Amino acid sequence: MTPSVLAGLVGAVLVGLGLYGLILHPHPLRKLLAFNLIGSGVFLIFGIVARRGAGAGLRFDPVPQAMVITGIVVAFAASALAVALILRLSAETSRVTLDPDARKSRNGEDAK
Amino acid sequence: MAELETTTPGGYLLVLAILLPLAGIMLSFIPGGRAAERVALCSTPFGFALACAVAFLVARTRKPIVYTIGGLPPPLGIALRADGISAVMLIAAAVIVSAAALYARAKFATPESVRESRSSLTFWIMLQAIWAALTIIFVGGDLFNLYVALELLTFAAVPLVCIDGRPETLAAALRYLLFALFGSISYLLGVALFYGANGTLDIPLLAQRVQATPVVWTAAALMTAGLLAKTALFPVHLWLPPAHANAPAAASAVLSGLVVKGSFFLTLRLWFYVLPALPTDKVATILGWLGSAAVIAGSILALRQARLKLLIAYSTVAQIGYLFLIFPLAAGSQAWSGTGWSAGLMQVLAHAFAKAAMFFSAGLLAEALGHDQIARLGGAARALPLTFLTITLGALSLMGLPPSGGFSAKWMMLQASIASGHWLWTLPILAGSLLAAGYVYRILVPAFSDGQVSLELQPKRIQEAIAFALTTIAIALGFAPQAFFDFLEIGRPMPSALP
Repeated sequence: MTPSVLAGLVGAVLVGLGLYGLILHPHPLRKLLAFNLIGSGVFLIFGIVARRGAGAGLRFDPVPQAMVITGIVVAFAASALAVALILRLSAETSRVTLDPDARKSRNGEDAK
Repeated sequence: MAELETTTPGGYLLVLAILLPLAGIMLSFIPGGRAAERVALCSTPFGFALACAVAFLVARTRKPIVYTIGGLPPPLGIALRADGISAVMLIAAAVIVSAAALYARAKFATPESVRESRSSLTFWIMLQAIWAALTIIFVGGDLFNLYVALELLTFAAVPLVCIDGRPETLAAALRYLLFALFGSISYLLGVALFYGANGTLDIPLLAQRVQATPVVWTAAALMTAGLLAKTALFPVHLWLPPAHANAPAAASAVLSGLVVKGSFFLTLRLWFYVLPALPTDKVATILGWLGSAAVIAGSILALRQARLKLLIAYSTVAQIGYLFLIFPLAAGSQAWSGTGWSAGLMQVLAHAFAKAAMFFSAGLLAEALGHDQIARLGGAARALPLTFLTITLGALSLMGLPPSGGFSAKWMMLQASIASGHWLWTLPILAGSLLAAGYVYRILVPAFSDGQVSLELQPKRIQEAIAFALTTIAIALGFAPQAFFDFLEIGRPMPSALP
């Protein structure tokens, strides 16, 4: 197994784990972490692409590496925005949930 | 080796169209306060003029306008391109953003007592940011650049959803953001695979190089899945209704009318501009089925809503479904695919204008009555005649009654589906129109019935006039001449013309 294949497989596993977390974890913070895990996997795959896609006789293709840097900046900005929203939501409601009926159903149970 | 592209005359217009809203953001942000509103309002006429100039040049030369950044042609550099659909979408975006800016002055003007208020500053800056991101999406020629534009669009749209800071809007914004993040990372993975397989991300170059290999199919599937999540196609529509219904009316109009069209536009670019040489029949059929499911499910959910804004938001879910019927109806180079293409683009435009007008009117209604419960609308039409005229005309276009843009779109879709022999597509189109008539009936019947309503606030004439003007455009689209549809074909690659 060459290092490229190994790195590609690790990238695929990271994307898979992240996708699992993003869909199944109910808490937004865990979803956000899962998103970052997918991001790491995708950036790793970009790294492999940089190695394999070098067509012009260079050892590495610099274009995907430039894309990874941009991608990291974008993912960082996205995470910051999401954390800000989560913090604000927890400050306003003292609990963080995406379920629009969660507050209602809790009140409903209290009424019973 | 294909000839390298160079900048065409007028290519600088595309750069100006992108720079104008971006410069506006800087100019709004640095002095802050009241300057933001003035900058946004002053830049919209210029943006409209630029969009018209682009459209004029495209129409005169019958070819896309190209600008190669830094004089470097692709694959080394990045090109901006404006073809027929880009030019039309640029104009639509400029009109709706201008209308939203004028409409929003009543709510988001900085109050006299303070120098700067957070919600006003956020609104004016994010409105311009949405406009900038959409402009890049409409003229971008490089898949990675388009990814960055798509992210800009999300980051500008999410704050508009939660601008008033109520907990339910924060939850809606967070849910929207998480769906969008999934969409963008999936798109990005597709971009990586495309680059690895073909060594370029420039759209026309990719179109020449792609082959039906597993890598290309995987890349296309990942990008499509991501874009569908951002476009809110059923069944990944869950984020849309709370986000669009809870945002302020001016923001909802832009979100529903334009923002979801941004990611739809990229889906069109992907399947009709990057992959026209591939046998995409099966994919087109799947997208068509998803669209049909969206039409039916969205309309039925709209029928069950108690709040007017939620009803309009679910109607967006249904109308987005119609857009995806373009994939089976316009694929290939058959006799009918031109009709299918015109129908899809007409649906994009008619829905953008009609839905923006309806959200504006729903906002006026909610402010005037203090609620937007459909059951308590009794007699409201008598109190707010112009607002209800706007809602009625917008609804005509959504239902697809003649004469309106919505009618033209659905009529051409029916023609294309019958001509193609796949008459099954007519069923969701007709059922969607019937169901739309149902949910519109639910609004209009109580509103036009007898009853007494007390207005808490008289709506501003200017706001009513803006909403009415947009709905007039949606109706006027029904009278679009053949030249307009020919214009939409400019720059569209035909499968037979490719090597």
